[in-house]
Amino acid sequence: MTDEIQAEIQEELAAAEAVRPEKFEFAIRIRGLKNQFGDAVIHENLDLDVRSGEILGIVGGSGTGKSVLLRSIVGLQTPTEGEIEVYGKTLDAITDQEESRDLRRRWGVMFQGGALFSTLSVAENIQVPLREYYPRLDQKLLDEIAAYKVSMVGLPPDAGPKFPAELSGGMVKRAGLARALALDPALLFLDEPTAGLDPIGAAKFDELIRELADTMGLTVFLITHDLDSLYATCDRVAVLAEKRVIAVGTIPELLATEHPWIQDYFNGPRGRAAASCKQAIERQDGKS
Amino acid sequence: MVARADFDYSDGANGAAVRFTGRLTLARLGDVPARLDELGPIESIDLSGIERIDTVGAWIVTRTVNEHGAKVVGASPEAERLLEALKDDKSEYRVHRDRRSAIERMLDQVGTASLAIWRELVGIIDFFGAMIVALGIQIRARRRLRWHAVVTRFQTVGVDALPIIGLMSFLIGIVIAQQGAVQLEQFGLEVFTINLVGRASLRELGLLMTAIMVAGRSGSAFAAQIGTMKLTEEVDAMRTIGVSPMEAIVLPRVAASTITMPLLGFYASICAIIGGGVFCWVGLDIPPLTYVQRLREIIPMHDFYIMLIKAPVFGILIGVTGCYEGMQVRQNAEEVGKRTTSAVVAAIFLVIVLDAFFAVFFSSLGWN
Repeated sequence: MTDEIQAEIQEELAAAEAVRPEKFEFAIRIRGLKNQFGDAVIHENLDLDVRSGEILGIVGGSGTGKSVLLRSIVGLQTPTEGEIEVYGKTLDAITDQEESRDLRRRWGVMFQGGALFSTLSVAENIQVPLREYYPRLDQKLLDEIAAYKVSMVGLPPDAGPKFPAELSGGMVKRAGLARALALDPALLFLDEPTAGLDPIGAAKFDELIRELADTMGLTVFLITHDLDSLYATCDRVAVLAEKRVIAVGTIPELLATEHPWIQDYFNGPRGRAAASCKQAIERQDGKS
Repeated sequence: MVARADFDYSDGANGAAVRFTGRLTLARLGDVPARLDELGPIESIDLSGIERIDTVGAWIVTRTVNEHGAKVVGASPEAERLLEALKDDKSEYRVHRDRRSAIERMLDQVGTASLAIWRELVGIIDFFGAMIVALGIQIRARRRLRWHAVVTRFQTVGVDALPIIGLMSFLIGIVIAQQGAVQLEQFGLEVFTINLVGRASLRELGLLMTAIMVAGRSGSAFAAQIGTMKLTEEVDAMRTIGVSPMEAIVLPRVAASTITMPLLGFYASICAIIGGGVFCWVGLDIPPLTYVQRLREIIPMHDFYIMLIKAPVFGILIGVTGCYEGMQVRQNAEEVGKRTTSAVVAAIFLVIVLDAFFAVFFSSLGWN
């Protein structure tokens, strides 16, 4: 009898956990976004929804404004027109400093070059957001948190005390990811995480992102040029072209559309290679 | 209603049975870790009562498990996954520009340069205002100034500059005394060399030379450091985290140069006076004792006050100009060099303009 009630409570709790962060079907909602620099219009009438708990890949040719889109969402770039809501809140409309800090606490951003603070060690970099938001955490716990974050992103044990200048490109990215994850954000922004990595490193990084997103229930906004990354990690893919999002969907759905850019992208030599590689892996998995 | 993390416990034979409740997350952690440390041996951990868990919560659990050999019961699938993940851890067609007539190009350049100067002036004033606002926010939010960063700058702006400023001022003192003596000798008034050295050093030259040196050493360093931080997106990273760059980067630097300038200015004046004294002793046979006595008679106290009023103003100017130029860096590494140069040029120019203003101002106050 008590076991049944116990089981029910467990189920309810599990259900509540599964929709984390509760209440929001969409982590990010963008409506009619326009970004303009001088005479150059980067985005116009751009709409995009990012569902809670999904990994959304953003693809597009160079100069289509993928990074500008990311910068608009996190508030580094004020849009010319349009609305961006992150968890129901519009960053521009927030005047209260505490409220904007509250929103910033729920996301982590990993910049293309890592953007680690060069005067601080890897561990200290991870602790910066923790110290900013939770000044009362004691040093011992801070150190332990930094240590397990370092291990979670797959850095070697001796990486913590090293300075960014002493790290390789791949390690800098992992350290950047660790800092983005410092506050256990619900939403993670990744700007070309696998650019500049060798294929093995890139594959490991894809695996890592997938794994972290699954374990921590993350919503991931992933900008990438890497087709292998798209196949390996993304639940859905949004295609940026003609100053807006021309299509959003799973890769098979996108392949069914007839837009020439999308066809070129996925059916070009590189696209086919990535697709057949994925099929081969699946076949092998099926046999074993 | 958001429940903070909490726990209750009951003592058993092999230690306490701990049952967690509320949200076992970073934001709601409170004093749970500290209280948990106070408990004796822990036999089991019950997670059935928690609303939510994140990696920090899972870490607290893992830590306790490792320390006490406790068992975990009642973990949800999510909690289970997090615990599992933490378990074995630790440890870019034209090529040429349009050709235009020389007159057109000249007019274009003059116009562009004039606009640039105007924008720069407005930009510095604007930046100064933004800095004051940031200071106000910091004071209102009762966050303390980053003294650690300020003290680090004392070293680089102040202490490290002592040898070069001392030597420079000492030599300037000798040069003033020597050139003055040559002119005054024609009238048999060599003894007035002391007036020349004493008053010029304390009132004008000591501080002015110091300001030029600090602008060259530290203003440029501020611009270059901040410029590089802009390039590597460090400044953007700070903003996304929610750390104000004004507060973390600009204020400590401006505070350091403002506090350091009066000290360095006074030190430079004394060095110049010593330099002048050495020349008077060796070249004019005026013994040091007489030199000091004469200085006390001829230097009015307000010369010292004038220096103390001007110094912090020059300090703020050098700090603000350096930081402003650094923050203007965009896109490429070349910009860093350009901005560093304009930081030094603008700072020295503005210091001299302000110094001329101060000279007229204090004279009309009757402080001659």
